[in-house]
Amino acid sequence: MSEFIYRLHNVTKKYEGRRVLQVDHLKIHRGEVFALVGPSGAGKSTLLRLLNFLEPPASGRIRFLDIEFSADQPMPLAYRRRVTTVFQRPILLNRNVWANVNYGLQLRGQRNSARRIEMALEQVGLMALARQRARTLSGGEAQRVALARAMVLQPDVLLLDEPTANLDPYNVGLIEDIVRALNRERGTTLVLVTHNVFQAKRLAHRVALMLEGQIVEVADVEAFFEFPSDPRTAAFVRGEMVY
Amino acid sequence: MVQAFHLIVARDPALFEIVVLSLRVSGTALLFSTLIGIPLGAALGLSRFVGRRLVIALLYTGMGFPPVVVGLFVYLMLSRSGPLGQLNWPVIPSLFTPTAMVVAQCIISFPLVAGFTMAAVMGVEPQLRQQVQALGATRWQATLTILAEARIGVIVSVIAGFGSIISEVGAVMMVGGNIEHSTRMLTTAIVLETSKGNFDLAMAIGVILLGLSFLANVVMLYLQGRTFEE
Repeated sequence: MSEFIYRLHNVTKKYEGRRVLQVDHLKIHRGEVFALVGPSGAGKSTLLRLLNFLEPPASGRIRFLDIEFSADQPMPLAYRRRVTTVFQRPILLNRNVWANVNYGLQLRGQRNSARRIEMALEQVGLMALARQRARTLSGGEAQRVALARAMVLQPDVLLLDEPTANLDPYNVGLIEDIVRALNRERGTTLVLVTHNVFQAKRLAHRVALMLEGQIVEVADVEAFFEFPSDPRTAAFVRGEMVY
Repeated sequence: MVQAFHLIVARDPALFEIVVLSLRVSGTALLFSTLIGIPLGAALGLSRFVGRRLVIALLYTGMGFPPVVVGLFVYLMLSRSGPLGQLNWPVIPSLFTPTAMVVAQCIISFPLVAGFTMAAVMGVEPQLRQQVQALGATRWQATLTILAEARIGVIVSVIAGFGSIISEVGAVMMVGGNIEHSTRMLTTAIVLETSKGNFDLAMAIGVILLGLSFLANVVMLYLQGRTFEE
């Protein structure tokens, strides 16, 4: 776990002139589960969009593997396609479940991927619903399809933006098991955004607290929860208001 | 109705010629309107640029253009003393030709295709673009995906474009001249036969026009239905 997959240096992001993100330094190891916790509006999802190269930073540099991404240096498509995101509210295409899972492969011109799609659907327990229209699914099923359509791409990095918010405990457990297995068996780097500290504790190797667009503390999961060095982290872990 | 049926069954050559010309002119105009209107509508619905509101206002104005005004505009442009007509370039069509009628019908229908396409695209979930890009779509692939998601509305835009020109009379009358064996369309033939007092024939042609319009819409609705059932 010594190799860094991301290295961020003085990264900022602004919307309509207002600075919403300022990350001085951040390194994410290849193959780790890295959790970003913090209250709503802390800049976690913004950081995730930058890590997926969906938006450029206002300033600073994001080094991904051996290539840099900045305001004037877009990420080449081949690299961008090594990262994908599962969103809190996935929008599935108005097609059946199979076609949704096949979508990313189609974009890459990969045909004859039936076995991979089957495996992804089996992993999320939705093979029986393969021919069902995606928009008739429940919230939990839709989130599992979103996970399957991301997993089938076999990305180096999977970004998870509140993937279990608003889901019932059964689906939360199921999705956590799937991503844990993905990390363990395939070595996929996971960056998990959550405001649920318990979920971060269950899944992550390292955790970072974000407040008002800045990273307050980054630590191994045990240190983060047992011996936080910043009083705001300690308060957040105790469930106290820190914002 | 009976006369219309007789004319169709007898495959009256004059009527057959008018039907073929009407379909050829309106079909060609619809093809060009679709080729211009769908990309324009998608661009207006998906991108933000300086002057976008002005373009949309112009488009909305175009959607309500009276065909006869379009006919007058094309007439003035293409007439021998008009700005385009006097250039005498081979690519610029002459007045009183089917190509001139195609140009007029194109101007009538493309704002409808573009306007309805724009509305359909804007109706797609705004987050979809970012989510498909997160799955690896290029800008072009994301745009095509959004158009595919808005396909019901896009098909409606084509139906609206077709409806606006197959039944249009003012513009084709002005720029085509209703010349027998050359620019006589179903609508202009109805006007002519009515002015001659041949109400039965005018009615018969009207029924055929309605039938063609109905048939085109059934085909479109069939396509729309298939997209629902996919």
